[in-house]
Amino acid sequence: MPVLTYIEAINLAMKEEMARDDRVFILGEDVGKRGGVFRATEGLYEQFGEQRVIDTPLAESAIAGVGIGAAMYGMIPIAEIQFADFILPAVNQIISEAAKLRYRSNNDWSCPITIRAPYGGGVHGALYHSQSMEAIFANQPGLKIVMPSNPTDAKGLLKAAIRDPDPVLFFEHKRAYRLLKEDVPENDDIIPLGQANLVREGTDITVISYGLTLHFAKEAAEELKNEHGIESHILDLRTVYPLDQTAIIKAAQKTGKVILITEDNLEGSIISEVSAIIGENCLFDLDAPIKRIAGPNVPAMPYAPSLEKAFMVSQEKIKQAMLDLALF
Amino acid sequence: MINHEELNLSNHDVLEMYRLMLTARRVDERMWLLNRAGKIPFVVSCQGQEAQQVGAAFALDRNKDYSAPYYRDLGVVLTLGMTVKELMLQAYAKAEDPNSGGRQMPGHFGSKRLRMISGSSPVTTQVPHAVGVALACQMNNESALSFVTLGEGSSNQGDFHEGANFAAVHKLPVIIMIENNQYAISVPLKKQVACERLSDRAIGYGMYGETVDGNNPLAVYKVVKEAAERARNGDGPSLIEAISYRLTPHSSDDDDRTYRSQEEVDEAKEQDGLKTFRQYLFDHQILTEAVETKLEDEIKAEIDEATDYAESAPYPSPDTLFDGVYQ
Repeated sequence: MPVLTYIEAINLAMKEEMARDDRVFILGEDVGKRGGVFRATEGLYEQFGEQRVIDTPLAESAIAGVGIGAAMYGMIPIAEIQFADFILPAVNQIISEAAKLRYRSNNDWSCPITIRAPYGGGVHGALYHSQSMEAIFANQPGLKIVMPSNPTDAKGLLKAAIRDPDPVLFFEHKRAYRLLKEDVPENDDIIPLGQANLVREGTDITVISYGLTLHFAKEAAEELKNEHGIESHILDLRTVYPLDQTAIIKAAQKTGKVILITEDNLEGSIISEVSAIIGENCLFDLDAPIKRIAGPNVPAMPYAPSLEKAFMVSQEKIKQAMLDLALF
Repeated sequence: MINHEELNLSNHDVLEMYRLMLTARRVDERMWLLNRAGKIPFVVSCQGQEAQQVGAAFALDRNKDYSAPYYRDLGVVLTLGMTVKELMLQAYAKAEDPNSGGRQMPGHFGSKRLRMISGSSPVTTQVPHAVGVALACQMNNESALSFVTLGEGSSNQGDFHEGANFAAVHKLPVIIMIENNQYAISVPLKKQVACERLSDRAIGYGMYGETVDGNNPLAVYKVVKEAAERARNGDGPSLIEAISYRLTPHSSDDDDRTYRSQEEVDEAKEQDGLKTFRQYLFDHQILTEAVETKLEDEIKAEIDEATDYAESAPYPSPDTLFDGVYQ
């Protein structure tokens, strides 16, 4: 098995899907000759040509909207929004159009588009290159939102997103791009959307998260085991919308002490919905109040290193919160 | 008026154009009656725009081209093959409505069978869609094009600009037709745009632009036919502005007496394409009193039958509320 970084796994997923199916194509800013500002599409322009790896004008609503039109025709577009922060001009296309197309046409039309966007902070990206945007889309039935936490999942989930018959938002943590690397199986397997993944079994506390903070929680869990003998039960949501309610309830019931983690702002976040699911279903299973760890309620992540560090949901903050809950 | 024979249109063709225009008008009038009778909750009208709608759609290849009509395009969708029965089913929001199964308001057209892409209420989102369809046609070496319409007020939306620019950069086979009916609900043209002609905007995109008399179906047919030829020859998109006048209020919930005078509307009715084209056909002895009576009778019978059918057809079952969220 080759060792791949998170971004290499994403690149490979697109490369394999484009080779497998002629209908798959990429459109976005700087995705062609440049291979993407993060290099996610590196080599694809050379391999598949400018007709299938399209450098678009700098206009996000057109990237989404033209992709949606092509998807209606029967193509399978992968649209890249250069930073998740810049997806806002495309929100009308995503929510009013892609999300509702199948429903409003009574199943006559469909929109098999995947929209990829790098999210997240800790890379000196300041307010507009650091945000988590998933909550904006996470009450829109018709959409699916996927946020992988490791290279293997990134590959398998992206392949599943591309093959999915409905619109999928695929948010990739930009700090994970080169931070995370591991052996990635050389196969054509997909990881089904809509299913959470139990990544660690334990008896003391339940941790539910996704994306980069899930990785931090896994690292923290190892330390807590070695230092304090605390056994963490960790659920990776993988698909943050719609949520895998069964897996969430089961994981919460396992230990009765639940900590939920996101890098997004706390209010109205994905983990707030997870908390509501647990609250509705697990009242008599809980041995402690549900704990939520999230970004602070300030508009976005500041640039100065001191402020960025204060904002970020770091491994240290996660570890401390997990320890506190275990000792509750 | 330009002569139809110069456009290689037969007497039969122009009579068919008139039949479609008249059908659109009569269906629209019936919907207003049904609305005022309390039988359907909402109407948004095509009246005054039938000439440009039928003229433009007539110039398309109805066996392969794609369309993204906007909410007034009764004349477009009829010409492209939607039936009166289907239009009545959407007006009544019945389960059998092929546009949306009764989920959308009337005027939100869409039919995969007719390659007519489903539309929404936020205006102008359909322009990038039509451009995406054209991109797909180009990628697949298909000679089909996509035809998209919108109102003049909607031409101020970002999606209009983003879509038009994308189409021009990639030289895509798209025809963008602005149906300038002088009003965006209550706001007149001069408060919407400062340019002399909306087609002048084409210069900024680097595409062909032309303004045409939207009350003249033959003039619109000619301009769209030429745009289609350019599109199929690889010469890229065209921006067409068809000028007419909205003869009704914006919708059944609007009262246009609050912002325009009856004199203005009456004056516009004299220019109504349905009226002037009727005269043209009489002048050419294509339409006669006898032919007209027969036409009106046939259309009325078709609308009566469609109305009865739609009225007695079932609403979608509440059990279907969750259908079609995902595959």
